[in-house]
Amino acid sequence: MSRTILICSGKGGVGKTTLTANLGIALARQGSSTAVLDADFGLRNLDLLLGLENRIVYTAQEVLAESCRLEQALVKHKQEPNLSLLPAGNPRMLEWLTPDDMQKIVGMLEERFEFVLIDCPAGIEDGFKNAAAASREAIVVTTPEVSAVRDADRVIGLLQTRDIQPIQLVLNRVRPKMMANQEMLAVSDVTDILALPLLGLVLEDEQVIVSTNRGEPLTLNGSRSPAGLAYANVARRLRGEEVPIVDPSKESQGFRARFSRLMQTKIF
Amino acid sequence: MTLRDFIDRLLGRQAASATTARQRLQLVLAHDRSDLNPELLEQMRREILEVVSRYVEIDLEEVDVSLETEERVTALVANLPIKRARPKPLEASATGPAA
Ligand SMILES: Nc1ncnc2c1ncn2[C@@H]1O[C@H](COP(=O)(O)OP(=O)(O)OP(=O)(O)O)[C@@H](O)[C@H]1O
Ligand SMILES: [Mg+2]
Repeated sequence: MSRTILICSGKGGVGKTTLTANLGIALARQGSSTAVLDADFGLRNLDLLLGLENRIVYTAQEVLAESCRLEQALVKHKQEPNLSLLPAGNPRMLEWLTPDDMQKIVGMLEERFEFVLIDCPAGIEDGFKNAAAASREAIVVTTPEVSAVRDADRVIGLLQTRDIQPIQLVLNRVRPKMMANQEMLAVSDVTDILALPLLGLVLEDEQVIVSTNRGEPLTLNGSRSPAGLAYANVARRLRGEEVPIVDPSKESQGFRARFSRLMQTKIF
Repeated sequence: MTLRDFIDRLLGRQAASATTARQRLQLVLAHDRSDLNPELLEQMRREILEVVSRYVEIDLEEVDVSLETEERVTALVANLPIKRARPKPLEASATGPAA
């Protein structure tokens, strides 16, 4: 049985595409054949993060029009052939895809791959509805900021009315120091408010930008950077491995860290 | 409440911004999730008071009607302290809690 997972957020720019690219590579490296589908055809980005921007010839649109076969449209990653990219369409597309089209394409991908990851566009309009139509489970990405959490809440409500299950949370761009000083929503604040199980916790990490510049996701070379490790762990958990999540604001040692932990103690 | 919140309050300092963020989110999500705007809520509050006031005398200073949300379930929580019961319920036509 293959698993089709929507990666969405509501608010834009919180890290959906970065997660999709890194997770796709990590799943493939760990032995699961994986396809990533860029459902954001207005603003395509996934090809760029994967370093595949020069290799796209066809999109899902040509496959649907039967002007090419699925195999021709799939772009296989050279270093990690267990991963393929399929763009849903291109910005010059004459006819926009419908939810039916998405279901057809995803149905074809599910025959060939263990994991199908759908990179969802921001917002809750047509782009989101198309991408959600074909999904069975979802990962909601958010940052520990009020606007991102509020938008995530809207999306979770919409996913629940569509019976998408399970819905899991990835908390991105966490800054442990700010959290320890209570100048950033705590991990438990976000998971309590959204009432979702936490699938992963990714720190703010400059290496994300460096890897984006190169078009080589952190998980491609087994990076030991905090974000690289976090993405690899998300993949392990999706594959059913038990990997504990450590709260970084509660982890560090030393007097200052112990003092801020003391200040975080819930007294009533 | 965390120890830091407690000390902040003791010293009259502004609360840590994470605490403020949490409280603001809880409030805004209670409204987002229930799709009730403040006007409707206010109207509901007035009508609830009107009905309850027919049977008991309410301490109007202490009345609190608000939306709360937990585990993605939103509840309308009304806290209406009772001063005393009315010996005989007022007529339904009596308008407003002031009657
Ligand atoms: N953990 C992180 N640490 C540092 N920077 C990050 C992290 N995650 C994402 N970013 C940066 O945030 C920006 C937005 O990321 P990304 O494009 O993945 O978001 P998105 O949710 O796909 O955006 P959109 O809604 O526009 O599709 C990028 O510049 C990316 O490098
Ligand atoms: Mg994106």
